[in-house]
Amino acid sequence: MSQPAMINRYRWYELVAIYCGIFVFLAFILAPFVEGFLVSLKPLGLLFSSPYKFWPQNGSFAAYKSMWVSVPGFARYIFNSFFISSIVTAIVLVLVVPAAYAFARFKFRGSGALLAAFLAVNMFSGAVLLIPLFRLMRSLGVLNTYFAMIVPGVAFLIPSAIWLLRTYMMRIPRELDEAAFVDGASHFYTLRRVILPIAMPGITVVAITTFIGSYAQQFIFALTFNSKTEYMPLPVGLFAYFGRQEVIWNELMAASFVGIAPAVILIFLMQRYLVAGLTAGAVKQ
Amino acid sequence: MSVQRSTVIFAWILLLPALLYVTVIVAYPLVDTFILSFTDASLKKTTNWVGWANYDKIFNETFAEVIFRTFVWTFFSVSIKMIIGVFGATMLNAAVPGRALFRVLTMPPWIVPMAIGIFMWGWMYNGQFGMISGMLQNWGIVDGPVAFLARGETAFWATIITDVWIGVPLVTLYMLAAMQAIPQDLYEAAWTDGAGRFYRFRRITLPLLVPSLITMSMLSLIATFNSFDIIWILTQGGPNGETTTMIIDTYRTAIGSKKYGEGAARAVLICIFLSIFCLAYFRVTSRLASGESR
Repeated sequence: MSQPAMINRYRWYELVAIYCGIFVFLAFILAPFVEGFLVSLKPLGLLFSSPYKFWPQNGSFAAYKSMWVSVPGFARYIFNSFFISSIVTAIVLVLVVPAAYAFARFKFRGSGALLAAFLAVNMFSGAVLLIPLFRLMRSLGVLNTYFAMIVPGVAFLIPSAIWLLRTYMMRIPRELDEAAFVDGASHFYTLRRVILPIAMPGITVVAITTFIGSYAQQFIFALTFNSKTEYMPLPVGLFAYFGRQEVIWNELMAASFVGIAPAVILIFLMQRYLVAGLTAGAVKQ
Repeated sequence: MSVQRSTVIFAWILLLPALLYVTVIVAYPLVDTFILSFTDASLKKTTNWVGWANYDKIFNETFAEVIFRTFVWTFFSVSIKMIIGVFGATMLNAAVPGRALFRVLTMPPWIVPMAIGIFMWGWMYNGQFGMISGMLQNWGIVDGPVAFLARGETAFWATIITDVWIGVPLVTLYMLAAMQAIPQDLYEAAWTDGAGRFYRFRRITLPLLVPSLITMSMLSLIATFNSFDIIWILTQGGPNGETTTMIIDTYRTAIGSKKYGEGAARAVLICIFLSIFCLAYFRVTSRLASGESR
């Protein structure tokens, strides 16, 4: 048992090299956040002065207060983002839980091809299908409503959700279904009373990843299918603000950080599940 | 026999809602794009069949440039993502104190609303007051301010770097998972035989990562080819169209100028390229799979 410990023992210069490598890597990943945060603390005058100064002098959290006035719809944008993501997640789960169970358990003619077809949806981004989707939304009469962002959003989150949940459900022993079936339980009863309770952790992971995916990717549909300020999700609401001639950068950054906060808190709480969910599909069994 | 049939029927009932949804929201629009590409659809009430006219119109010099640019952009973005991703995964795979925290710190670009990360890059690229230009001036590397997004060449690379930044966390965590799936006894056997750390990495880790590397580069290729938000927020395809990729070009034509027919023809071309990538992917993975079973 001491062998793995021995093999992983680093010499001091190896340790230094590894930490340097990690530092460089994380510096690239985190630089925009660090810079964004410092910008949110700088007064506007300092922001627009040369030469460039990295650290804020007489920095303050003033922008975090004034932004609520400058971005009037801000609270509404955050609510919209949450609302849209929640509804999207609920619809995805309703559609995906039965489908994933079917793919995990039943082999029938064409099931492999059908699964491949579902996964192929991932190939197309919303941008490619934007024109017909726009016409479809228009003829459904949902342009400029929440549905214009929810309906297409769901479709592009279905494939990975099916894949994740199917992987999870395949690990549930088949004997459980068979025992229930032998006892005279119907298929629906087995799914509802035997499989669903056991699959709950997997369903939770799928719900979290779907929610985060939806929260992170609200842009193109919201930009194209909705022009009403009161329905805009956070990214598009801030984009309208970003596009102005005179951008009040410290407030924009402050608003971004407040908008990011929910997602970051979720990561820290759920990171174990996230990594588990991601790796479930990653490694061949 | 009837049990078998009722099972199949049950399976189809379970699949039906998702199937219907994807058919209406993805498959039907796909077919519609194809049909639209042969019409002059626009905001007008009437739509006429125009045959290949849209395709004739787009095959000109600027469009060839757009296709070429898209491929160059995608190639560099995917390659850099893979290199940084494997580097990051190797570092995070080292058994050093603090690695659990480092893994969490890798995730933000992937999990935070994409548009917001891009706003931050937008500021960093600002020539007058942004961090990159400012630091370069303070260190005396450049003389005056560099407005990265205002000049064609720098804008091209700036959008690539931002795309890399958004894609790296997923690549890193995926490659990390693949590294951890490599049986530990392989390393121990090599270690017992006196193989050094670099030798083990080169001869065990890298070869065993090849299947995951191929999978991830293909997934990344498809996502990058479709990349829209980054370029749209940073440059909207400018300056002078130097960051206009196929997706941006399609969006401008279809949504900006409301030329649905011409936009659809461009979208069809994108779909054709994506299908070629997918076919190549299936060919490669099935060959890998059959190689494994040998």
